[in-house]
Amino acid sequence: MADYHWPPAEKRFLIGKSFSRVDGPAKSSGRAKYAYDINRPGMLYGKMVLSPHAHAKVKSIDTAAAEKMPGVRAVHVMFEPGKEVLWAGQEIVALAADTEDQARDAARAVKVVYEVMPHLVSDVAPANAGKERATAGSEAKEGDPDAAMAAAEVKVEGTYGAGVITHCCLEAHGQVTEWEADKLTMWVSTQNVTGVAGEMSKALSIPAASVRTITQYMGGGFGSKFGADPWGPACAQLAKKAGRPVKMMLERDQELMEAGARPSIYAKVKAGAKKDGTLVAWISESWGTSGPQGGGNPPIPYVMRAPNRRTKHTAVLTNIGPGRAWRAPNHPQSAVITMCALDDLAAAIPMDPLDFFLKNIELTGERGKSYREELLKAAAMMDWKKKWRPRGTKQPGPVQRGLGLSIHTWGGGGHQSNASCTIHPDGSVEVNISSQDLGTGTRTIIALVAGETFGLPISAITVNIGDSRYPASGASGGSTTVGGVSSSTRHAATNALNELFAKVATFLDAKPEELEAAEGEVRVAEDPGRAMTWNQACAKLGATPIAAAGQRSLDLISSGVAGAQMAEVTVDTETGVVRVEEIVAVQDCGLVLNKKTAESQVYGALIMGVTYALYEEKLMDEQTGRCLNPDMEFYKLAGLADIGKFRVHMMTGPGYDERGVIGLGEPPVVSPGAAISNAVANAIGVRVPTIPITPAKVLAALEAASGTGRA
Amino acid sequence: MSDERDPASRVVPRPDSPEADASADSKGFSRRSFLKGAGITVSAGVIAAEGLLETATAATDTKVAGPGAVPITLKINGTEHTLEVEPRVTLLDALRDHLDITGAKKVCDRAVCGACTVLLDGKAVYSCNVLAIAAQGHEITTIEGLAAEGQLSPVSAAFVLHDAQQCGFCTPGFVMAVTAYLKQHPNPSYEEVTAGLGGNLCRCGTYMGVREAALDAAKRLSAGRA
Repeated sequence: MADYHWPPAEKRFLIGKSFSRVDGPAKSSGRAKYAYDINRPGMLYGKMVLSPHAHAKVKSIDTAAAEKMPGVRAVHVMFEPGKEVLWAGQEIVALAADTEDQARDAARAVKVVYEVMPHLVSDVAPANAGKERATAGSEAKEGDPDAAMAAAEVKVEGTYGAGVITHCCLEAHGQVTEWEADKLTMWVSTQNVTGVAGEMSKALSIPAASVRTITQYMGGGFGSKFGADPWGPACAQLAKKAGRPVKMMLERDQELMEAGARPSIYAKVKAGAKKDGTLVAWISESWGTSGPQGGGNPPIPYVMRAPNRRTKHTAVLTNIGPGRAWRAPNHPQSAVITMCALDDLAAAIPMDPLDFFLKNIELTGERGKSYREELLKAAAMMDWKKKWRPRGTKQPGPVQRGLGLSIHTWGGGGHQSNASCTIHPDGSVEVNISSQDLGTGTRTIIALVAGETFGLPISAITVNIGDSRYPASGASGGSTTVGGVSSSTRHAATNALNELFAKVATFLDAKPEELEAAEGEVRVAEDPGRAMTWNQACAKLGATPIAAAGQRSLDLISSGVAGAQMAEVTVDTETGVVRVEEIVAVQDCGLVLNKKTAESQVYGALIMGVTYALYEEKLMDEQTGRCLNPDMEFYKLAGLADIGKFRVHMMTGPGYDERGVIGLGEPPVVSPGAAISNAVANAIGVRVPTIPITPAKVLAALEAASGTGRA
Repeated sequence: MSDERDPASRVVPRPDSPEADASADSKGFSRRSFLKGAGITVSAGVIAAEGLLETATAATDTKVAGPGAVPITLKINGTEHTLEVEPRVTLLDALRDHLDITGAKKVCDRAVCGACTVLLDGKAVYSCNVLAIAAQGHEITTIEGLAAEGQLSPVSAAFVLHDAQQCGFCTPGFVMAVTAYLKQHPNPSYEEVTAGLGGNLCRCGTYMGVREAALDAAKRLSAGRA
């Protein structure tokens, strides 16, 4: 009888090793078809008319001229006149034409009359936002923060924060929709194949069973692609009106204006410690904007929680554009605020921040042991003790070098997931799950788990995902996919295998529970000589395949990880340019399934981290209320030359493996901003209070510190 | 963003270069017709800076293309395709929307990110920044032309081996950029690859793998030549 628990270390032959992703050849040969690449017979191209105003009442919409433009086949009004648009870029009208250019021409011919209203697009503190825009959250308190702060021997005060950034998915949001009678097929770039089908059915008032969503490949989501969005139903409406398939992907400017924004968070912080480095008190007032929505309380102080603390958060409603979940929502910003304040506190003591963090490691809670191991491992990799110098130690020349660190956490428990597994009489094996591969390696993980279960190589497993016709599985957000699909696959595959054992046991003169599948054979576990090949065993099925189902199994997965990162930067004090020379990342995520794609996740997170630490920011124009950089010239992503020497170490083995599978997408992206900021402060002797750390901010911080600030 | 990218590695043949002009003439288009057709998308400042405005105005006796669709012939991966497109249609849109050749991706649509990279006479170009009519007479190679379906070019294979891809949307552009770069720089150093591939952007953060893949592919290609 096959046991569905993960095999012990000595029995694993695939789990934990490195494998190239199974869809790598399709991607690297350009054959992979993303939603953007789907071309259907007679397909039209959709474009949208966007509000140029950040806050306005739509008085009237006139599409008559647009409808007469060459090539136009359908027009769909997306916005109800009389209502208010709340950001520049909000959709008003969608239309479909024979070519993209014709659709763009026609969009320009739509006449919309607006009554412009006052807007707020700057990232101001609540006091400057006006009462109606600032929604104060409740105050949280632990211990006696005022008394502890008063008694603290060392205190620091500062303002820290992170501005609004976008997701900037390379494949813009969007879809192709096609009707066949009253049934809708939607090729969509989404993190949520199952959920979008349901949303579409609601928005269009058609049965959920009539909607099929397909996402074979998707070009980046990072938390911004969970919903059908306004353009999904609009695209379906256009296709219905025109009687032809419609492709409507967002243009780059629209993608950056409204299809994803990570909320800003800023905080005024007071932190206090004893001279020996014991952290005793934390008081913070934080605020931030998630656009027109409010926002939850960020996890401040982050991970390392002073025993006496008081926090308060205020959400500021602005017209910057709607916030969306961004890889590890609220964590990178909270890490910047917390880890930078603690780093300043360590510098004020003065104390090596590594010693400071280790001294207070118990304040991290139940993962304290992991944090200690990971900080020490990272320090060894970085050669921290040899390289570290007290903050602002002057080095010869204009270029200053510094080190910084940060720690982080995330949940990453598996989402609900159903899988079906089929063993065919010819020995081929299929696993079907309505999940999606965001580029994290989901397909490969599913094949790996099934292969491990059957004693077959990864290449023997056919994985079918990205289609709502397969068994329902959760949205890929919050690092929940790997736990969901690995456990449902393991469960389904084990169930299928036990059915196979039941069919073939008599041929081996054994009981089903005495059998095992390993090394391409079905054999008697205690007497491996009594064996038949996998194909011979499957041939005993006759004409009928085995089909078995499986669900997420909580005893195969867990949640809650630690993680430590250290950065080494150089800062040119004459130009203000920061270079990230090195980052070491030490990360746990329970049982690592595929080492190669796990490491890729962490490397990718570090590179995204460099981008948000140094370069990217959604810049808004206060006068017009519009985004100033909805493009890729001025919305800056790090390039290859911006990436230094990065190293990743995954914590595995006893203490980690037995926890089961835990998600990895979010945690490593949390710390780079804080670690890089701390390294910059260590290098130049002063804190650049907010990220991104642009050259202008570096020079301003240096000038302010030298007391020679220019007017 | 670092300014250490090497723009020289990115050759964007200008449709108004003498070379492009000569080939365009053979297809019935001239500098004049190009400017008429593309005037919408090419700013006057750019044209004036190139010192071509006067020349263009002087040449009044040539055929004008557009604004309606015109027949063009593109030689893509060794096969000639005849299609009708408006003169304003980019090579990228012609490939993707008219010919269903979708390996080249549209991301920034303004010659920044490199996701649309194809080869024009063996040199990497941003196909979002080349008009389809101007690509006539050139050998166009898309990623589909690097290897037969089901097979991988040495560069693509190196990308798989070094996991130089996550979501994969930037990957075809990177593969084309590396392919072109290695033709010109067969034995690049780590630093040279870093600078030379600065014309492509990735959001998932696959640069570590891309760098390794490029260096590894260079070795394999060199070994193949030896």
